[in-house]
Amino acid sequence: MSTPASPTPASPHPAVPFGQLRKPEAGNEALRPDPNAGRRSAISAKAFSSWYGSFQALHSLSMEVPVNEVTALIGPSGCGKSTFLRWMNRMNDMISSARAEGTLDLHGTNLLAPSTDVVELRRRVGMVFQKPNPFPKSIYDNIAYGPRLHRSMGRSDLDDLVEQALKAAALWNEVKDRLRASALGLSGGQQQRLCIARAIAVGPEVLLMDEPCSALDPRSTAAIEELISQLSEQYTIVIVTHNMQQAARVSDRTAFFYEGRLVECDETERIFTRPKHKQTEDYVTGRFG
Amino acid sequence: MPSTPAIRADRGQPSSQAGRVALNRGFLLVCLVATNFAVLLLAVLLISIAYKGLPWLFDFASIKASFSEGGDGFAGFKHWFRWEFFTEFTSRKAKSAGIRAPLWGSVWVCAICALTALPVGVGTAIYLEEFAPRNRVTRFIQTNIRNLAGVPSIVYGILGLTAFSRLFRVFGADEAWSIGDPESLFYLQLPFGQGVLAGGLTLMLVILPIIIIASQEAFRSIPNSLREASLALGSTKWQTVWNVTLPAAIPMIMTGSILAISRAIGEAAPLLVLGVPLFISNTPINMMSDFTILPMQIYNWASRPQEDFHGIAAAAIIVLLVVLLTFNAIAVFIRQKLHRSLA
Amino acid sequence: MRPKGMSSVPLPNLSGLPTPGSPNADQGGLGSQRSGDLLARAAQRGRPRSGPARVLTERLIRWSLFLCATLSVITTFTIILILLKETVTFFAMPEASLMDFLFGLEWTPLVGAEVHFGIWPLVCGTVLVSAVAAAFALPVGLITAVYLSEYAPSKVRAVLKPILEILAGVPTVVYGFFALSVITPGLKWFHDGFASFNAASAGLAVGIMILPIVCSLSEDALRAVPKALREGAYALGSTRFDVSVRVVLPAALSGIVAAFLLAITRAIGETMIVALAAGGRPQLTVNPANETQTMTAFMVQIFTGDAQAGSVEYQSSYAVAFVLFVMTLGLTLVGNAILRRFREEYD
Repeated sequence: MSTPASPTPASPHPAVPFGQLRKPEAGNEALRPDPNAGRRSAISAKAFSSWYGSFQALHSLSMEVPVNEVTALIGPSGCGKSTFLRWMNRMNDMISSARAEGTLDLHGTNLLAPSTDVVELRRRVGMVFQKPNPFPKSIYDNIAYGPRLHRSMGRSDLDDLVEQALKAAALWNEVKDRLRASALGLSGGQQQRLCIARAIAVGPEVLLMDEPCSALDPRSTAAIEELISQLSEQYTIVIVTHNMQQAARVSDRTAFFYEGRLVECDETERIFTRPKHKQTEDYVTGRFG
Repeated sequence: MPSTPAIRADRGQPSSQAGRVALNRGFLLVCLVATNFAVLLLAVLLISIAYKGLPWLFDFASIKASFSEGGDGFAGFKHWFRWEFFTEFTSRKAKSAGIRAPLWGSVWVCAICALTALPVGVGTAIYLEEFAPRNRVTRFIQTNIRNLAGVPSIVYGILGLTAFSRLFRVFGADEAWSIGDPESLFYLQLPFGQGVLAGGLTLMLVILPIIIIASQEAFRSIPNSLREASLALGSTKWQTVWNVTLPAAIPMIMTGSILAISRAIGEAAPLLVLGVPLFISNTPINMMSDFTILPMQIYNWASRPQEDFHGIAAAAIIVLLVVLLTFNAIAVFIRQKLHRSLA
Repeated sequence: MRPKGMSSVPLPNLSGLPTPGSPNADQGGLGSQRSGDLLARAAQRGRPRSGPARVLTERLIRWSLFLCATLSVITTFTIILILLKETVTFFAMPEASLMDFLFGLEWTPLVGAEVHFGIWPLVCGTVLVSAVAAAFALPVGLITAVYLSEYAPSKVRAVLKPILEILAGVPTVVYGFFALSVITPGLKWFHDGFASFNAASAGLAVGIMILPIVCSLSEDALRAVPKALREGAYALGSTRFDVSVRVVLPAALSGIVAAFLLAITRAIGETMIVALAAGGRPQLTVNPANETQTMTAFMVQIFTGDAQAGSVEYQSSYAVAFVLFVMTLGLTLVGNAILRRFREEYD
C-alpha cells in the first residue's frame, strides 16, 4: 500500500515534494532539507514505511539516491537498511508478510504501485547479494542468463556481451579460457565478481549491493571495492554494509539507519567527520553497534 | 548465616552405577536383537522365495550337465534358463504357464502411470512451492495431499472403476463410443473399460501424492539464494523455475519418482477392483487392450491350492523383485551422485 | 489505498544508462570507461522480448500448474461423492438397513436365503489383523529406530537403512505369498490350533510390511530432537540408555505416536496380504488363530468374484469401502495433525 505521490490531507504520511522543507516529527528529527536537492535522483523515498506482519521495520523515511553515485546504507544489524534496499527492486515481494507504505520512486514513478512491472523493474534495478550466488551453470551461461531472458540476441552479440560484462567486472582475464567451466569452481571473490558481471549484463540503471563483501576475504574485498568505484561512473549504486571503513572508502553519500529510522543522510565525508547527530557520531566512532 | 545455603548433593541412596551400566548393556542387546530381526526377516523372505521359485526359472539339470564330465561349461548357458516362462501365456497347467502377458501389461500400465503422474505431480509441487500464495486454499490443498497419501489403495480402485472404466456412466453402456480399429495402436473408446489406460490412470492417482510430496521436498531443498539471484535479474517466476530451480531439483525428484513408480509396479489391489480379467492370453496392442500385471498374476497363482502354482508365483515374484531392486538401485545411485555433487 | 491514476502509469521508459556526456563521465580511469561503454552498447543489441507475451505465458503456466494442484482435491471429493452415492443406493435396497449395518453382528451377504449386513465381523477382522501387526511392528520398529538414531555407528546405519528401504519397497502381494508359504506353515508347526488361513499369519505379514514405515517415521521423530538436549543429559552423567530412553524418547513422543498412527492406517488399508492369507469367513473373534475376513478382503472378494454389478452384495462393498475410508481418513488426519504440531515444536 502506498500513499499518493502528491500530498493529500487525509493521508497519514503526507508526502512532501522533494527539496521542500519538512517539519521535523517526533522520532524523525534527522529529516532536513537535502543540500543536494538540485541533483538528479535515481531513487527517492518519501514517507516510506515498511512492515513485516505487525512489526514495523522502517518508520516513515525520506531520502534521495543521486544518479551515478555510490550511496552507502550503514547501521547496526536489524536497523532496516537491508529491508530498504530490498524494496528498491521489490525483492520483498517474496516475503508474503512484508508490506510498505509511502512512495519509493524510480525516476519519478512510484515503484510500489501495483501496476509496476516487477520483472522490468528488476531488469533496471539489479542486485548483488551478501553471499555469492552463481547458478550451478557454466560461467558463460551465468552471464548470458539475464540477456537471454530479456532480448533475443545473435550468438556473436551474446558472446561479445558476455566478454564486455566480464571485462567490466574485472574478471575477464581470469576466466576467459574457461568460460564453459562451472561457475561453482571459482573462488568466493571471483564468484562475487561473476554475480556483479551477471547483474550488469542486463544493462541496469541502478545496482543494489547487500553487504557484497561480508562473505569474502580481505583481498577479494579490496578487488570488489575497486570494482565498485569503477562501476560508479556508469551506474547508480546503493550498497548496504556493516563495515564503516568500507562505507567511507567506496561511497559518495552515506545514510545511517538506527532501529528502523533514517537518522542521517549526507555526504560520506561529512557523516564520518562532522555528523549532525550524536547517534551517528557514536556509531561511526565505534562506540556502539 | 551464609547467604546461599550449601547444596547437599549427597542426600539419599546413591543409585548403583553397575546397575545403570547393566541396564545400558541390556538395552543395547535388545536393540541388536530387534535390528537383526529385520535383517533376518529379509533373509528368510528372499531365501524362501528363491527356494520355491528358482527351479521354475532355471533348468538345474541342464546346468548340472554343463559342468559335469563332457559338459560345455559356460558355453551352454542359453539352456540354463526356462525361457518359456517369459515367452508363454498363463495356462491351466503350471508347467506350461508363463508371464508374457503380465510382463507386457506391467510395462504398458507403468509407462502410462509414469507419463501422467510425473507432469501432474511435479506441476503440483511447483505450484505449491514456487507460486502458491500462503493462504487458506493452499493450506487446504497441502493437507489434502498429505491425507490422500494415507487413503488405502483399494479405495483408489473404486475411484478408477467409476471414473475411468465407466466414466461415471455418462456414456451409458460399455464401448458406447469408439474410434479406430480395435486391432490397431490408435484405437480409442469411451468409457475406457478395463484397458491399460484405465489401469495406468488409476495407478497414477495412487502414486500422485507420493510424487508430489517427494518433489516438494526437492524444491524446498533448493537454496533461496538461487531464486533471488534469478528474480533479481528480472526473470519471471516461471523462468526462474524452468531455468534454475527445476534443473537443480531434478535429481531429487527423480529419486522420489522412481521409488513411487516402483510402488506402482508392485501395486495390485486397485486393479483387482477394476475387474480386470484374470486369464489373459494376449499382450496389449493399444490403450484399450485388456491386460494383467505381474502382481495380479502372482496373486492369482498364489491363491490357487496347487503347490506347482505357488512355484511359478515365486518365480514371478523373483522377476518382480529383480525389476524393483534395479529401480531401487538406480534411485540410490542418483541420490549418491547428488550427495557427491553437493559436497 | 493507491490512487487510480497512479496505478495505471507504467514505469517510464527512461534510459538511465549513462551516456558519454553524463555528469560523471570525465571522472575515473579511461580504460574502465571505455569498457563500460562497450558493455552498455553490447547490452542493447538484439531485439527486446515482448513484455505482453511474457505476462501472458506466465499467467497461462500459473493457471495450468494450479489445475494440476486441484487434481488432488478433485480426487478426494470424487472419492467421497462416489462412496456416498453408492452407499446411499445400498441402504435404499430392501435387503439392507442402516440399523442392521451398524448394530448387526452377522455379515453373511453371500449365504443363501438369510442375508445379514452387520459390519462388525468385518471391522473385527480388520482390527484383529491390525492388532497383531501393531503388536509385532510397533515395538520392533521403535527399538530399531532408537538403535539407528542413538546407538548405531555410521557403518551399521549404512547397511541397515538400505535393508529397511528394500523391505519398504517389497510389494504387498509378495508379503502375502510369504505369509501363505512360510508364516502359516510355521505357525501350524508351532501349534495345531492355527487354521489354514488365519489372522495371525496375515497380521505378522502386515507387521513386516509396516515395520519400515514405523522405523523410518520414528527415526525422523527421534532425530528431530535437538542435539543440545542430548548433550545436556550426557553432561549430567547419563548413560546412553538414560539419554535415549529417558530424555530423547519422551521428547519425541508425539512424533512417535504420529508414526504409529500412520503405520496402523497402512495396516488397516492393506489388501493383498489379507486377501491371500487371512481367509474369507467374516466372524466376531479375538482369537488370531481363527480364519477371518477383513473389510479390504471382502471388497476384493466382491470385485473379483461373480457378484452381479448392482446386486445387493455388490453394493454392500461400497458401504464397507465407506467405513474403511472414514476409519483411515480419521487416523491419517489425527496422525498428520500430531506430526505437524510436533514439527512446529522443534523447527
